Amino acid sequence: MGSLFPLSEGEARMDLETFRNDTREWLRANAPKSMFGLPKSMDDICWGGRKTVYPTDVKRWLDVMAERGWTAPTWPKEYGGGGLDRDEAKVLNQEMAKLQLRPPLTGFGLSMIGPLLLQEGSEELKRAHIPPIVRGGIRWCQGYSEPGSGSDLASLQTKAELDGDYFILNGQKVWTSYADKADWMFILVRTDPKAKKQDGITFLLMDMDSPGVSVRPIKLISGSSPFCETFLENVRVPRANVVGRVNSGWAMAKALLGHERTMIADVFKDRVPGNPLVDLARKYGGGEGRIADSTIRDRITQVDMDQRCLDFTLDRSRDEAKAGHKPGPETSIFKYYGTETNMRRRELMVEILGPQGLGWEGEGFDDRELTVTRDWLRSRGNSIEGGTSEIQLNVIAKRVLGLPD
Amino acid sequence: MPLVLTEEQELLRQSARDFVTKSAPLKRVRALRDGSDPVGFSRELWGEMAQLGWTGVIFPEQFGGAGLGYMDLIVVMEELGRGLMPEPMLSTVLLGGNTIWLGGSESQKQTLLPPLIEGKLLLTLAHHENGSRFDVCRIATRAERSGGGWTLNGSKSLVLDAHVADRVIVPARTSGDASDRRGITLFVVDAHAPGVTITRQSVVDGRNAGIVRLDKVAVSADSVIGKADEGAELLASVVDRATVGLCAEMLGSMSAAFAMTLDYLKTRMQFGALIGTFQALKHRAAKMYVETELARSAVMAAAQAIDSTSPDIPQLVSLAKARCSEAFVLIGNEGVQMHGGIGMTDEHDIGFFLKRARTTQLTLGDAAFHRNRWAELAGY
Repeated sequence: MGSLFPLSEGEARMDLETFRNDTREWLRANAPKSMFGLPKSMDDICWGGRKTVYPTDVKRWLDVMAERGWTAPTWPKEYGGGGLDRDEAKVLNQEMAKLQLRPPLTGFGLSMIGPLLLQEGSEELKRAHIPPIVRGGIRWCQGYSEPGSGSDLASLQTKAELDGDYFILNGQKVWTSYADKADWMFILVRTDPKAKKQDGITFLLMDMDSPGVSVRPIKLISGSSPFCETFLENVRVPRANVVGRVNSGWAMAKALLGHERTMIADVFKDRVPGNPLVDLARKYGGGEGRIADSTIRDRITQVDMDQRCLDFTLDRSRDEAKAGHKPGPETSIFKYYGTETNMRRRELMVEILGPQGLGWEGEGFDDRELTVTRDWLRSRGNSIEGGTSEIQLNVIAKRVLGLPD
Repeated sequence: MPLVLTEEQELLRQSARDFVTKSAPLKRVRALRDGSDPVGFSRELWGEMAQLGWTGVIFPEQFGGAGLGYMDLIVVMEELGRGLMPEPMLSTVLLGGNTIWLGGSESQKQTLLPPLIEGKLLLTLAHHENGSRFDVCRIATRAERSGGGWTLNGSKSLVLDAHVADRVIVPARTSGDASDRRGITLFVVDAHAPGVTITRQSVVDGRNAGIVRLDKVAVSADSVIGKADEGAELLASVVDRATVGLCAEMLGSMSAAFAMTLDYLKTRMQFGALIGTFQALKHRAAKMYVETELARSAVMAAAQAIDSTSPDIPQLVSLAKARCSEAFVLIGNEGVQMHGGIGMTDEHDIGFFLKRARTTQLTLGDAAFHRNRWAELAGY
């Protein structure tokens, strides 16, 4: 703002109101018409990257937002971010929600590897990777799980052996989200097989176009294939692509996990105005609809109220951080509770549809119905991916409650 | 406003915690229950609490209060809840005092609030009647005009701290039918007035409650709080505010019960191991923790809604009370279960929390009541 004097609280609020009005005007003027309203499914969202061609409006929306750095509103301007403070970012978020504007870009670059690089990456890595993330030029995937290493991630076996300035990678990753569409992977590899399992792991950045990388999609019970198996055969990765230090990868993974858990819960923060559960329950079931059934109504209320409590807990955590406190133990509940609540919501939606919720494809079911059903099936994975609910409860029991092993 | 405590509020918490730890060990609760104490709490402690400013936290300075808000109040209430303190914050301050502060005439405020805040006057609100369940508008007690004043007839039950109250605020029907919103009038009644009979009730958690019978009780015109026939709104907003205080108390009590249970999991050996190593118990303990954190967020959100006079107060109060009711009952039940046999004995303190969970759940609306209210307020 360039003011010589710090703003008083009142002025700061005025300032924020000006920012709110300007933001609203700008969004209205610059967002393509088709970007208002909710995306129909996860696949309708812009993930950026070199390998996907997006519809004109989606691409234009991405470009105008990236131009201002508003794809990553709180990231520093020097790397292309928006440079907004938390209050301004919240205002931007609220205004987008009010206009029902979809996010211009999503993905693991913004939510996971970007924040980690800003926190832990070398200057060189930041300069190389942050600007393309903001612009949506590069899409990232996460190379963590292996066939033998699910919940027990630290037992991973993919080998990386040093050969001059390169690591040579051999092994297999699984559950790599959208590996078939991603340009780069952040990957955990074993660099010291003799050390204690957590101490021999390194965090690397790998170009998916490197020779020796092959990818095969996995078909899920929902019919979609958001995950892949990734095979690595003598893949060469420059040593300069280590994030943190060699053999300190587990600490990097844990730092990233914090971002991942908050993001997963954030995904389930109720941004939709109105109440889709109530709308469905009025529409289905004949007469006044299922809403007239007090047991259905009560289950809707429970999901609603659970969501509100989670939302307030997210707000609380954010406000704590803003007040300069370290993230409290409450952050550990987000992944667990966010996913469990979402799964109950999805299940309830199918039940409200009744027999119309049985469609898989084709005639007799409309798009919305088919989406509800597919989304329900997909949601069953929420409590498995990114650390199962059981692992989350273990983490709370150990780290927060101090219960013995 | 951010959902975070200020430095001052953290200091307030620390002083409240020190006070409760020092002066209110759980064995005092046991002694009060087992003795035949005519008061049922400590007037001395109540005086100290008044001196610390807690009785006046939410009241303005002109009456001797601290002029603070509900974010401050919930900090105190939570700490009192940890010690299961039976001192009459809920009855005298949150229900009684609040009715006067929010709806009383200038002279009622001048007469009643200063002695209340000094700890010298006990007030309570007789909002419950047999059969009214949680509907504060379902009132059979009647008041009829007579001469320049009114005559009250009826019976109230589960009136908190009725046996020691100096004044009882009585909502009575002055027109309309059993559960009409219109036609409710609030009266300040002297507990020793002719025709008032107060009988102590013995309640499951050992707290103080009583039946207030009104037999041709004559009160003057200036004992009416607010306007005749229009008391429903005042009553509802008093009950909403008191509910937030109760929720904070529940939060403190459930936290204490949880801490006690956690301690047991870390010390009790079976099968040659600490029982806290068993995953079947770990996961349940983790879920109890999740519940307390969600409850805390809801209580803070409701307190903040009051402090910022948000239109969402009723809905957020319902959110908090529904959550706290379920969470506290869960923690009470699990607390006894995880303690095993010793948890079933009267000798162990965990049982006090189980009982308190049930009482608070069924005071000022249970979870089912508040879920229904939430849905109605949300328009479905």
